[in-house]
Amino acid sequence: MTEITEVPSPFCGIGTDDLTIRVDGISLKVIENGCAVNTPLFEQPITDTMPRVEGKPVSLDVAVAKAAALLRNTRLPIIGGCASDVNGMRGLLALADCCGAVIDNMNFIGTRNNFLALQDSGWMNTTLAEVKNRCDLLLVVGTDLEAFAPRFFERYLWTDAMFLEDTGQRHVIYLGKAPSGDASTSPNGHKATILECEIIDLPEVMAVLRALVKKQPIRAESVAGIAIADLQAIADQLKAAKYGVVTWTAGALVYSQAELTVQMLSEMIKDINNQNTRCSGLPLAGKEGDQTANQVCGWTTGYPARTRFSRGYPEYDPFLNDSRDLLANGEADALVWVHAFNVASVPPVTDLPTIVVGRSGMVFEKEPDVFIPVGTPGIDHAGHAYRMDNVVAIRLKKLRDSGLPSTADVLNAIETQCRLGYDCTDAGGRTTRGAVAEH
Amino acid sequence: MLIKLTGGTIYDPAAGIAGQQQDLYIENGRIINPPAEAKPDKEYDLRGKVVMSGAIDMHTHIGGGKGNIARTLLPEDHRQDPVASTHICRSGCGHAMPSTFVTGYRYAEMGYTTGFEPALLPINARQAHMEMGDIPILDKGGYVMLGSDDYLLRLMTANKDQKAINDYVAWTMNSAKAIGVKVVNPGGINAFKFNQRKLDLDEQNAHYGVTPRDILQVLATAVKELGVSHPLHVHGCNLGVPGNVQTTLDTIQGIGGLPMHLTHIQFHSYGTEGDFKFSSGAAQIAEAINKNKNITIDVGQILFGQTVTASGDSMRQHANHKHASPNKWVTMDIECDAGCGVVPFKYKDQNFVNALQWAIGLETFLLVDDPWRIFLTTDHPNGAPFTSYPHLIRLLMDKTFRNDVLATIHPEAQKMTTLASIDREYSLQEIAIMTRAGAAKLIGLKDRGGLSAGNWADITVYTDNPNREQMFEKPDYVFKDGELVVVDGKVVHVTWGTTHVVQPDFDPSVEKGLKEYFDRYLTMKLGNFKMSDDEITEDGRGSITVHPLKG
Repeated sequence: MTEITEVPSPFCGIGTDDLTIRVDGISLKVIENGCAVNTPLFEQPITDTMPRVEGKPVSLDVAVAKAAALLRNTRLPIIGGCASDVNGMRGLLALADCCGAVIDNMNFIGTRNNFLALQDSGWMNTTLAEVKNRCDLLLVVGTDLEAFAPRFFERYLWTDAMFLEDTGQRHVIYLGKAPSGDASTSPNGHKATILECEIIDLPEVMAVLRALVKKQPIRAESVAGIAIADLQAIADQLKAAKYGVVTWTAGALVYSQAELTVQMLSEMIKDINNQNTRCSGLPLAGKEGDQTANQVCGWTTGYPARTRFSRGYPEYDPFLNDSRDLLANGEADALVWVHAFNVASVPPVTDLPTIVVGRSGMVFEKEPDVFIPVGTPGIDHAGHAYRMDNVVAIRLKKLRDSGLPSTADVLNAIETQCRLGYDCTDAGGRTTRGAVAEH
Repeated sequence: MLIKLTGGTIYDPAAGIAGQQQDLYIENGRIINPPAEAKPDKEYDLRGKVVMSGAIDMHTHIGGGKGNIARTLLPEDHRQDPVASTHICRSGCGHAMPSTFVTGYRYAEMGYTTGFEPALLPINARQAHMEMGDIPILDKGGYVMLGSDDYLLRLMTANKDQKAINDYVAWTMNSAKAIGVKVVNPGGINAFKFNQRKLDLDEQNAHYGVTPRDILQVLATAVKELGVSHPLHVHGCNLGVPGNVQTTLDTIQGIGGLPMHLTHIQFHSYGTEGDFKFSSGAAQIAEAINKNKNITIDVGQILFGQTVTASGDSMRQHANHKHASPNKWVTMDIECDAGCGVVPFKYKDQNFVNALQWAIGLETFLLVDDPWRIFLTTDHPNGAPFTSYPHLIRLLMDKTFRNDVLATIHPEAQKMTTLASIDREYSLQEIAIMTRAGAAKLIGLKDRGGLSAGNWADITVYTDNPNREQMFEKPDYVFKDGELVVVDGKVVHVTWGTTHVVQPDFDPSVEKGLKEYFDRYLTMKLGNFKMSDDEITEDGRGSITVHPLKG
């Protein structure tokens, strides 16, 4: 039995790296600095150690060969989930490139709200250490921050800061959604301001708030049940703050065209920076590899992780490459599901040939054709994962010897088998592949 | 395997060879002396061909977070240059900010075998190395960015001695796996977080009270005292501001003879004369460079067309966002460490300022006498994508071509440049100095950038062609570490290069203060911050090459 300290978490997205974990054989116990998100994901026991083909235990080699055989004659396979570490994503993209797949990160529906805003007008953002040391006003838009990241306040607000005398005086405002607990109450009892509205009314509320920041006259007295005077107070506080931060969860904005809300608040932040003070955005994300997927796909293809390789080169389309539609419309002809972090994140049920490269312990409604249990990055093998703030990659540690292969091991092996099966330059009759000029 | 390259015309400034016909022998990846009797396993007839060592780009943004933000920001740019996979190459995208794999292929296809990322943020070093780890064929390395990090500014405000700063700089270089140290808008990125919007050389940071001049002094001293070959790599104050030529001249004077490299100096060479209050300061800059032998520069030439600027200089990039084309841009404050700004630019030959920027860069190239102290860069992708180097080489080597282009730019800009009166044409030997021998010497790469025995066999073979653009965009052969990787301008074999670093010594007690600081103020444990070698080598492709320090 050993205790490992300063363990970084790939699960919570906020880069907690101070966990102490007791390792007893292959069982783990978080004994310090756990939280409702991290502890269960670290402590999840290993139940599957053998790959399965059609429900029967087989060797890894047999499972890999079967997976390659299933992919060999496909025309538009989907690689979904896309939840692993950097090396896992590298392997995933190599496989996708080889067999002309569509890759689609499972959280892309939410993340798309951010990408569409970013790719249309950009933003001014910040990172966690800047929040910790500078933020004097935090505006939380449409999300329950402490449910998303239980230790956010403890680690980044109610703590020492280089540039604030008394961090207990930081002001927190919730706009749209009320918090589920009291984590946002400062140690000296300073409570958050809460202005609730229906999530679907946020576009209107944000538009009014931005108008007030820009000193536009508003005739209404309230919007979506929030008094204009209260929004005016927020606008004034944002402009009076030395380093205001606006945070949101793209995936919590569950209504159509939510990217316009992200754009509205991002443009409001720019407006504040043009009024002689600083203000920054802080998009909350990064759980279970979603930031990692987009980063690695970004440097490998130029695009976020909803990209297809079916014509031999990467093509990004945040709508047409939605794997749910491709499955529902009968366009796809196989599904590879990759999720090394969470046994609850199982693939959608489909009649198509299905290969799951997943965390040990997954329970399926319908047994996939191939299931290969893999180790979890940061538990079973070392690796890299991105935090929510995109800049910081954390070095994940290996905590135990489980003997489970990594995502990268498995996907690289499948890719190698696929390459043996056919020439990737003219795979499966995809005559359009390689049609554009070579590099 | 013994390879013989027969009868090529060799340009090897490192060995003082300028256009002599000579055979080269390669064995085990390196160039060797002519063996007494051995029969080569493979021979290439290079009679009539021009042979140089593989080119080295000493300043190119090929790895790190801001480049990936630039990629994510510009899907429409990628769509115009899709790159399909082949039986040996991965797919990707090209143009302004190519994907990592395509970066490696296209550099190699131009005869480049090494590139250095000049802005490795300590907190983002992992990402930079991971991206560079996915760049095939090239060797790579990075200059770690300091000067706006709160830890350094705290040391300075606390009047810690130079030794304490040296220890911190050396520790950071080791931790981030760097081969040099860069400073970007010294202290300015930090000042922007305190809402300062400009910071002159002698202007104080509102919180710390230190000035850019102070920061340059302590960092240039640290780099020299640690024995790091590459001088402090400086992106100065006031990038892009008309009148900044005076800042740059003051920066040169202010460093007091310490070695200093001024990067993308074109962006720092602007006067305020003329009807548009924007003029060329290139002549003054070149005069100062010619006089001050402690100074080296790279140009950061702009070339016309769409690109994207990605810089650590969040302060200046924010100020420049009004020029964004297309109109979208990103800035970030980063981890009490640094910042970044990404602003797409479309440089237009009929825009007065852009046209004069183009001329200022070329004036600088042509007025600086010593090719060992000036380097060919576009500050990829900021002035232009690296794929425009062959065009730039033609502008430098061909006066007629240069003047033909000059005649097409904004007429007022033509009046404001002396370019038409400059007769100089770069020679092949001078190009080889700027892009090979000089760069290797500046960075302190042992056994690269030359063709004498003992060097690694990074070799580029061109067909001599009076159209220098055609010549340099399509080498006949490129060898990397003795392996043939490019034939007729196309990758034929994919290899993986090494990562060049230095490892200056530091007093281990430096970690005491750092650990307290990390525990109290940062968001990562000190032990988790430091990069380990296996992060670069564990994929089985990467390797680390440690270069010696100066004695």
